[in-house]
Amino acid sequence: MAEAMTALGGAATEGAIRVAEAPPTGMIALRADLSTRAVGKAVKEATGIALPRALRIETAKDRSVAWMAPDEVLVFCPWEKAAGLAADLSEGLGDTPHLVADMSSARALIDLSGPGWREVLAKGTPVDLAPGAFGPGDFRRTRLGQVAVAIWASGPERAHLICFRSVAGFVFDWLSMAAARDSLPGLWR
Amino acid sequence: MLQLECPVCGVLADETELVPGGEAHLQRAGPDSTDDAFADYLFTRANPRGVHFERWCHVYGCGKWFHAARDTATLEVFGTYSAQTTAPPDDIVAAIRARRPEWEGPA
Amino acid sequence: MSTRLATGGTRIDRSQRLGFTWDGQPLQGFAGDTLASALLANNQVLVGRSFKYHRPRGVVAAGPEEPNALVGLGTGGSFEPNARATTTALADGMLVASQNAWPGLAHDVGVVNGWLSRFLRAGFYYKTFLWPRAFWKRLYEPAIRRAAGLGRAPDRADADRYEYLYLHADVLVAGGGIAGLAAAREAAQAGLRVLLIEQEACWGGRAATDGVTVDGKPAADWVAGTVAELQAMETVTLRLRTTVTGVHDHGFVTALEAADAGPRQRLWRIRARHIVAATGAIERPLPFAQNDRPGVMLAGAVRDYAVHYAVSPGDRTVVVTNNDDAYRTAIALREAGLTVPAILDARLRVEGALPERARAMGIPIKPGHAVAGSVGRGRVEGVAVCVQAGEGAVLETIPCEAVAMSGGWSPTVHLWSQAGGKLRWDAAQLLFRPDPARPPIGADGAAIVTAAGAANGVLPAGDCLEDGVAAGRAAAKALGAKPQTGKAATAAAPEEAPIEAVWCMPQGAPPALRDKIWLDFQNDVTMSDVALAAREGYESVEHAKRYTTLGMATDQGKLSNIGGLAVLAEARGATIPEIGTTTFRPPFTPVTLGAIGGEARGALFKPTRKTAMDGWHDANGAVWEPVADWRRPFCYRKPGETVDQAVAREVRNTRRNLGILDASTLGKILVTGPDAGRFVDTLYTNRMSTLKPGRCRYGLMCNENGFLFDDGVVARIDDHSFLCHTTSGGSDHVHAWMEEWLQTEWWDWQVYTANLTEQFAQIAVVGPQARAVLEALGGIDLSADALPFMGWTEGTLAGIPARVFRISFSGELSFEIAVPAAHGQALWDRLMAAGAAHAIAPYGTEALHIMRAEKGFIMIGDETDGTVTPQDLGLDWAVSKKKDDFLGKRAQARADLTRPDRWRLVGLQTLDPRTRLPDGAHAVDGTVLPTGIRRTIGRVTSTYMSPTLDRSIALGLVERGPERIGEVIRFADGRGHIEARIVDPVFYDPQGERQNG
Repeated sequence: MAEAMTALGGAATEGAIRVAEAPPTGMIALRADLSTRAVGKAVKEATGIALPRALRIETAKDRSVAWMAPDEVLVFCPWEKAAGLAADLSEGLGDTPHLVADMSSARALIDLSGPGWREVLAKGTPVDLAPGAFGPGDFRRTRLGQVAVAIWASGPERAHLICFRSVAGFVFDWLSMAAARDSLPGLWR
Repeated sequence: MLQLECPVCGVLADETELVPGGEAHLQRAGPDSTDDAFADYLFTRANPRGVHFERWCHVYGCGKWFHAARDTATLEVFGTYSAQTTAPPDDIVAAIRARRPEWEGPA
Repeated sequence: MSTRLATGGTRIDRSQRLGFTWDGQPLQGFAGDTLASALLANNQVLVGRSFKYHRPRGVVAAGPEEPNALVGLGTGGSFEPNARATTTALADGMLVASQNAWPGLAHDVGVVNGWLSRFLRAGFYYKTFLWPRAFWKRLYEPAIRRAAGLGRAPDRADADRYEYLYLHADVLVAGGGIAGLAAAREAAQAGLRVLLIEQEACWGGRAATDGVTVDGKPAADWVAGTVAELQAMETVTLRLRTTVTGVHDHGFVTALEAADAGPRQRLWRIRARHIVAATGAIERPLPFAQNDRPGVMLAGAVRDYAVHYAVSPGDRTVVVTNNDDAYRTAIALREAGLTVPAILDARLRVEGALPERARAMGIPIKPGHAVAGSVGRGRVEGVAVCVQAGEGAVLETIPCEAVAMSGGWSPTVHLWSQAGGKLRWDAAQLLFRPDPARPPIGADGAAIVTAAGAANGVLPAGDCLEDGVAAGRAAAKALGAKPQTGKAATAAAPEEAPIEAVWCMPQGAPPALRDKIWLDFQNDVTMSDVALAAREGYESVEHAKRYTTLGMATDQGKLSNIGGLAVLAEARGATIPEIGTTTFRPPFTPVTLGAIGGEARGALFKPTRKTAMDGWHDANGAVWEPVADWRRPFCYRKPGETVDQAVAREVRNTRRNLGILDASTLGKILVTGPDAGRFVDTLYTNRMSTLKPGRCRYGLMCNENGFLFDDGVVARIDDHSFLCHTTSGGSDHVHAWMEEWLQTEWWDWQVYTANLTEQFAQIAVVGPQARAVLEALGGIDLSADALPFMGWTEGTLAGIPARVFRISFSGELSFEIAVPAAHGQALWDRLMAAGAAHAIAPYGTEALHIMRAEKGFIMIGDETDGTVTPQDLGLDWAVSKKKDDFLGKRAQARADLTRPDRWRLVGLQTLDPRTRLPDGAHAVDGTVLPTGIRRTIGRVTSTYMSPTLDRSIALGLVERGPERIGEVIRFADGRGHIEARIVDPVFYDPQGERQNG
């Protein structure tokens, strides 16, 4: 098969923080009633991860499960494992009403590295990003400027963002502007 | 610019993360409805100064619809609640009565 | 002259000289100067001209209330008009230009307006230029526009950058004076997240300047200590040079920051659970004749310039007042070594600590005296003195270079009032103050703003701090936190005797004086103007404001408000509280359009959606067309080709050989679940549930009004799943539409949807050679038997997992191939390579549109406009008669939608095949309606030159159209008429044989 091309071809820029598109990553949308035991069990069996609580993302080894809605999670995995994992999830759910879709191409994943990521994102999202309000493992779907995104932190100096593929260029340019050197507002020590 | 708590995901959402959906608890008039009932369903909307029930969708968020009870004049929010209801639930009605004793109740 | 004193200046750094130019003249100031203080230090007393009469104007204030010192800053792309010199920090190399004066500040020809001032009274625009009506546009308006107006608009794109900042706080404190600092400290100590914002470049407000002590020590010490304490707290954010411009709904607060680095300005969008408005107070001018002469300043401002910036307003300053606070200015000037020839105090009894101190310093105090008028040419050279109780008989003229006036202070209640808080009149202090019984309320119905300090009407400096402490504790309590209860610091300042009302100086000033008593300096509104408005019946304060333009300038009446109300009250025989105030609306100070736009400009103005093959299109001659938020190639131009030629070539090549189209923008929504069939049957007008897996069907979606809003091909994936294709512009809307019905109406149905639009790149391979090129790629059997028309299959094509749909929007043999977007470009490349042998060429949206129009296929947005039904478009065959219900069914039974004379879809052929009907042209039947408008009987919805048929073709909606095939009707084209024959909408291959290959 041809090599997978991400939306931005791995673009990166270094300013007040580093903004870089992640390598191709598997992403599977699962929609089902998350409150049923069968769903939690199927997710756990396929990914090794228990269903995250609302507004959280859980990670184990090379996989993560993010809470998107009461009836939707987004599963992250290595690119080449997405098709198999999607099939496993669907099989594990059996007759439980569900929707599983490989969405690995649908979104761009952008990594933000550096302690200033909170201030960069605070220029575009109404989410409260103060250190005490948003920490590692918190996952929020929101908007950045005019674009729908989801953001989460994986450490004090590392955050991630997904957006739809078609607007990845816009989001990258936006982040490059917001992360320009000497442009952080200096809010959080 | 309002702020409403999405009862589905618990986020206190900024108005810019929401889209409004107009009056809540409308009853759909189907193929058997009379012209008058159908026209009401399509076009007639309450526009009160005061207590009002509205539909909102947390589009830049969990993507779910919900209902909000608020005062259109003071912008007070009495509560938000599930979209999967056909009338305001008791706790919302009680919250409104507590602050608006003169309120006549849901239409 | 006004000069820089040799010593002093708490805010300037004399070791850092900054050079700037004023109307081309090089001048110098110090770091820490405002532009206004630097101009005054250089004897630039004349800083502008008034709006209407072009009268000379000088600096009056030292803060955002300044009405006169508006200047143009910078040049070219960095030019900013109407910058307020009193709030602009001086920067090295600054280019500053005066405004509203031509040819120059000192000699302004517009000053002729002054001679005419008796004709330019209140309402003059409304009265004078009414007649003759025709003169307005050509004569009056251009002349007025030339003479009036403030700064000129920039003529170049803004070179600076702006951005937003979203921030959340438990308590936002607006104002960093002692009240604000105390409130912030109390809230922070209660464990709350506090944001403290101050518009000036330093903390402490007036306290240090006004000789306040805290716990026996100078206020500056307490300020420094408190700021240090707050800075050390993790939960506190402090920011200087940032102005809270508006308090809006639910604790949404905007603030404008003059950023030090990066963007020029930052617009803060704050969500605060509670707001403390500690915004201080603004001093009022005194209403005496010629109070607008340069050199007449607010007493507090004179003091600020002297103490903060070591600026002498002149050797001799006469102080005129109705209160004790102005004595501080006299004292400060004496302490700076300057002369105060007299303090004219309108009050008969002058006693109290501050007057006593002034007296002890040897400053002459004249109780019961007033100013009959300022005198001087261009600037103050003296004041004529009279008694306040009289009518202005001049007792003596005191020579002086400056006049420091104080008519008392008005609390800065803007934030309180903007948010809906009410005011009450304080008759003892003569001011409107926040009424704590009627505060602005938040989402929970409780007070969301607490006013503190001078903004709360607590003017005595000693009480300000205590009020700030109380406000901070109240805010903490309101948020459920536990504030401290112990005794806080105690501030002290000399006792002040009561103010006395002076709404006209002298009280019996005759009309000749009142004509020259300015209330609004920027808009040239005098006491006589307001009185005239009242006489003419503009008694409501809102009407009088608009009639006279009082308070409508860029300072929004910060100085003129109370004075104007007092005149109205007098004219109506009412009290000031009976008159009431005008409405306070955001912003408190002007906000630049750049800051409002934020980062959304240039390339970031609006997101453009791009497909996976966008880069290829761009490198291969794409002429772009916006389609919803996407950009799509309109056509691909080859060197030397016009756009029309390129489009025609693409159509011919596709019909003759092989075309390839990037169709990725088409919406693709997966609908799955046990109730999916029932759901799609409800969404679409035709029946979808009977579709067999592997098959496709064209479907229409209507809204509840019965009107068509989207169309597309539905593919049955398996028993439980349908893949619904939508229009390019419709995918998000259709997906939202589905979710809305599932969540809010049929929530018991077991259906899930997913918008897969972005997951797949979709490529249409179209033309007689389509099958040949796909077979060359290999991997899937695409023979007519294996994949008949309106079927779909999946497999691996050229090594890429793919779904292939045999559907056609052109009438040709056509396959649409969906692959993961990550492989879209790879598939495109392989198709181009394999297609070379078959003369493959990409085509754009215009060729697509022409080919569909040749086939009579409708396009959403062309043939539909939100008022068109499927039946209007001859699509009755796609509307089920058997289904009990679908969205739009009930509406389509309404009388208006079944009228026989509705406009319906037809083809149109101009009698002259070389003439193309204009898009949107209306058909007229020659009759004229009673309204005088020609009756229209139809309109053109799509119109093209068809390369295939070598003639013009069009689609249109015409009254009873299908019944009138063959008839010739006339279309208006703006000049005359174009005749066209009504024909069948299918122009090409009516039997549909070509799509079978």
